[in-house]
Amino acid sequence: MNTRKKNLGALLFCLPGLLILAVFVYFPLIENIIYSFQSFSLSSSSKTFVGLNNYKELFSDPVIWQSFKNNVLYAVVSVVMQVFFGLILAAILEDKVFRRSESFFQTVFFIPTLLSLTVVCLLFEFVYNPQMGLLNSFLEAIGLDSLTRIWLGNRDTAMLSIIAVSQWQSFGYVTMLFIVAIQKIPSDLYEAAIVDGAGKIRRFFTITCPMVKQMFFVTMVLTVSGAFTVFNEPYILTGGGPGTATMVLSLHMYQTGFVMNRMGYASTIAMLIFVITAVLSSVQFFSFGTGKEERE
Amino acid sequence: MKKDRIFSKSISGKLIFLMLILLSVIIIYPLLWILMSSFKDYMSIYQDVWGLPEVWHFENYVRAWTRGISQYFVNSVIVTIATLIGVLFIASMLAFGITQLKGRIGYVAFLLVMVCLLLSPQVCVLPLFILLRGLGLNRTYLAMILPYIAFRLPMSVMLIRSFFVSISKEMEEAAIIDGASLWQIFTKIYVPLSKPILSTVTIMTIYYAWNEFLFATILVDSSSLRTIPVGLMVFRDGLMTEWGVVMAGMVISCIPLIIVYLCMSRNFIRGLTAGAVKG
Repeated sequence: MNTRKKNLGALLFCLPGLLILAVFVYFPLIENIIYSFQSFSLSSSSKTFVGLNNYKELFSDPVIWQSFKNNVLYAVVSVVMQVFFGLILAAILEDKVFRRSESFFQTVFFIPTLLSLTVVCLLFEFVYNPQMGLLNSFLEAIGLDSLTRIWLGNRDTAMLSIIAVSQWQSFGYVTMLFIVAIQKIPSDLYEAAIVDGAGKIRRFFTITCPMVKQMFFVTMVLTVSGAFTVFNEPYILTGGGPGTATMVLSLHMYQTGFVMNRMGYASTIAMLIFVITAVLSSVQFFSFGTGKEERE
Repeated sequence: MKKDRIFSKSISGKLIFLMLILLSVIIIYPLLWILMSSFKDYMSIYQDVWGLPEVWHFENYVRAWTRGISQYFVNSVIVTIATLIGVLFIASMLAFGITQLKGRIGYVAFLLVMVCLLLSPQVCVLPLFILLRGLGLNRTYLAMILPYIAFRLPMSVMLIRSFFVSISKEMEEAAIIDGASLWQIFTKIYVPLSKPILSTVTIMTIYYAWNEFLFATILVDSSSLRTIPVGLMVFRDGLMTEWGVVMAGMVISCIPLIIVYLCMSRNFIRGLTAGAVKG
């Protein structure tokens, strides 16, 4: 009886939070699943059930394929530039040789994380500007005029230019995560290795890498699911163009829903994003749990 | 030790150092350039991309402020503070409730919260738009505040709960013997002891709400409610060639977070890494 009364009280504490989650997370998710089998526009009051038609279209839509490829490219570049490069950078910064300058570099690399994505994207609009942009002026200044181009207006360079923006903004953050992880490694491990005559590179591979395995995994999932939900950069910088060269899944979803006013099919695209990201994050969720480190 | 010193003087050590410097330049230079150009007028940016301003146009900042940034700034402050208060209150109550629930129901409640971590906001944005419009909230600040709170809850609850679990039960048991209510235990014991984790959540939430773009651009259907990230886009489109003013607006929009960072950089880094480290 007493436990029951206490549970009732505790449940009251949970109520506001659970209510908000129910209304603004669970309910939209369920709605989205229902919408994905329907066809309707924003202004129409009725929705028609179309069965699996939206899903059929999903698999034959060439823009989906193009977007998916762009998302994959985003993920691959981000993993290499942020996770691999970030780990190496963190190991370098944590090395004794760079101890004195570490906090300077750490601060500098972290600065872009403080800026909002809009600011970063507008900044790179100026960097990529064909007439007075920093990049083209720089190339001209060092005599590489032949390399100058309309970075965001060219099919071949547009996607990579957008991806570069994300790398510029995020590599410092991932590096910081690895620094946090490396600092947790007990230093006697390194001392023992030095006694055994292991060099820096050897120590990196035999001690640092295995000890930051969990962080490696976390950042991997973080960057990959980030790459599959990317929206702001292409939305602000190119709007998906030229053509569909820089289209990504969430931008395609947005344009299908709000520009072409096909909410049903847009919800189906959302389902695709949902499946991809949910699979990715459940891999992290279930293999590394959330309770393991928490009592530290 | 000796080996390390040799390494630092070696060519590879110097090469790496050079690379780090180069990387820093790639980060810092564009930022300095924005700062510098925000004091120039259009012609001097266009004609001399690299140079220092000949005339310092401080009025760019005044113009940016009066041409719209002030409104966006105020909106961002309102939305950020409301989201922060909501997250701190609701998340700590929910975390407390979960730790107090006995038996399977506590586990179920926790799982219901954690599953939301798997969900990216993109998936909910279309139905949220329809829902908020149906509720008549799409022309109010609540169109941002409520979804922001909802999507910050899972991570915040996870962090706060794991802190609550580590608080020793002795005080609580003593309080129960003295006949304290759950509310008293929550406000007199748990909240005061949890300042470190609450400050971490505070920074995470401020960072999120100040920079959030997707919801702010899609869910809000009123030009007078735009927050800074969305407003800057409109600002740029409206000012076409007045680049100096646009850049002044960009600089202004970064100032609050930079101040927060400078005041509490250690907390800030902990705040931004906590989710990943413990998730």
